[in-house]
Amino acid sequence: MTDTTAEANGAVGSASGSLIETFERGLDAPICLTWELTYACNLSCVHCLSSSGRRDPRELTTEKCEAVIDELQAMQVFYVNIGGGEPTVRPDFWHLLEYAVDHHVGVKFSTNGVRIDPARARYLASTDYVDVQVSLDGATAEVNDRVRGPGSFDTAMRALDNLAAAGFRDAKLSVVVTRHNVPQLDEFKRIADEHGATLRLTRLRPSGRGADVWDDLHPTPAQQRELYDWLVRAGENVLTGDSFFHLAGFGGKLPGLNMCGAGRVVCLIDPVGDVYACPFAIHDAFRAGNVLTDGGFARVWRTSELFARLRAPQDGGACASCRFYDACRGGCMAAKFFTGLPLDGPDPECVQGHGEPALADPRRTVPAPGRDHSHRTAPRKRRSPGPVPVRIGRRPEPAAPPASPCQESPLAGFTATEMTSPETAER
Amino acid sequence: MADILDQAWELSPSVALRPEPFGALAYHFGNRRLTFLKRRELVEVVQGLGGAPDARTALERAGVPAAQWGAYARALRGLADADMIRQRDTTGEAP
Repeated sequence: MTDTTAEANGAVGSASGSLIETFERGLDAPICLTWELTYACNLSCVHCLSSSGRRDPRELTTEKCEAVIDELQAMQVFYVNIGGGEPTVRPDFWHLLEYAVDHHVGVKFSTNGVRIDPARARYLASTDYVDVQVSLDGATAEVNDRVRGPGSFDTAMRALDNLAAAGFRDAKLSVVVTRHNVPQLDEFKRIADEHGATLRLTRLRPSGRGADVWDDLHPTPAQQRELYDWLVRAGENVLTGDSFFHLAGFGGKLPGLNMCGAGRVVCLIDPVGDVYACPFAIHDAFRAGNVLTDGGFARVWRTSELFARLRAPQDGGACASCRFYDACRGGCMAAKFFTGLPLDGPDPECVQGHGEPALADPRRTVPAPGRDHSHRTAPRKRRSPGPVPVRIGRRPEPAAPPASPCQESPLAGFTATEMTSPETAER
Repeated sequence: MADILDQAWELSPSVALRPEPFGALAYHFGNRRLTFLKRRELVEVVQGLGGAPDARTALERAGVPAAQWGAYARALRGLADADMIRQRDTTGEAP
């Protein structure tokens, strides 16, 4: 979310202490906002937060999208993180990008790179106020394609090459950290450096399809320590979307905003205009309203009951007695929710080890998934698959013919064995 | 290094300020950095830079006590390093 700058100075700089408390009470407008433009995607990444694949027929029209941008401008939302799905497959994507920039709303968009050809790369390089974030979840095709699908490594690398060749400065290479790519952190940094890009690491969330793979893909406790040490060494040269604040429980804060911003300083607008507390919480439990039916985005942001609850003082629950609570603030709400943990308890990946007993609790139930726009990877089952097999002979009689009050036969309700057909008798 | 308070400054053209109860958010569209101005007085100073012959005058006009000018000078230096404020070319300005 907010990739913030931190400066060691009393009056300017990083959010800490009283400012964190101000943010927890919420602001009149989000600091930054994620907007998923479409559920359509050319890929089927196994950990997709929004379970994307197929377009939703109710997705906002171009005109409605422009109205949202107008509102963001009026609220002085400096920039919007556009994602999906794959946003660039929307036919009006480039138009909306220009519309936002013309209305002084900066755009950072996430893409798997499929539409970043040399011509688009040159256009992007010529435009101020636009930042591009290319997703890559492995520093090798082998590791990446296992998560993002065959060919996706080459697609992303080609996009990065095109951006670099066009002179686009400081693109972001966006990596979701998994068990398989923690050993590749240096390699990711090298790829970013070679392309004049900045590496951005974010946390794997058990949201969307991520719920299905989280157990197998989330970093091990030892890898979390490795990641933390690596991030501390990298400092502000690597962005994190402020997504690793649960690691602050190791003892030292990481650069950026070390708190959950859901509904307080960040939120998400989905392709149909539903507003959720954060990009990792596309579920009815975190739906604040809809920009079309609830009077616009500003109204949802300012009057949602859900957001009011999230902005109310939290007591820390089971975490309140932990001496690291001030550092990690209990971790990620979405990670807890989608693993079936209480929201006022420890994060499932609590670095002090409080997550494991919580995950082992036999009463834990994982919530049913929210919206699903996944590609149907297997053909739908049809009622009559192919030709109907025909057999010559007596029609088999049911073992117990249905009886009804108007049944005329005196034998209604009886099954006389001697009257059964040969087929039935063979059973 | 020359005293920043003796120089003429202004908000960078790429920066937008959004007033907040705690002060303001400042966002730089060029380097995409977000900075928190944690005091309303500092926001007033920053907004007044462009219309003041030097930073010291902006501090005076915002009513900042002289005892705090050192701290404010450091804050302004931090903002300058992040290109949130820029030194202003005063050639041609009325003295």
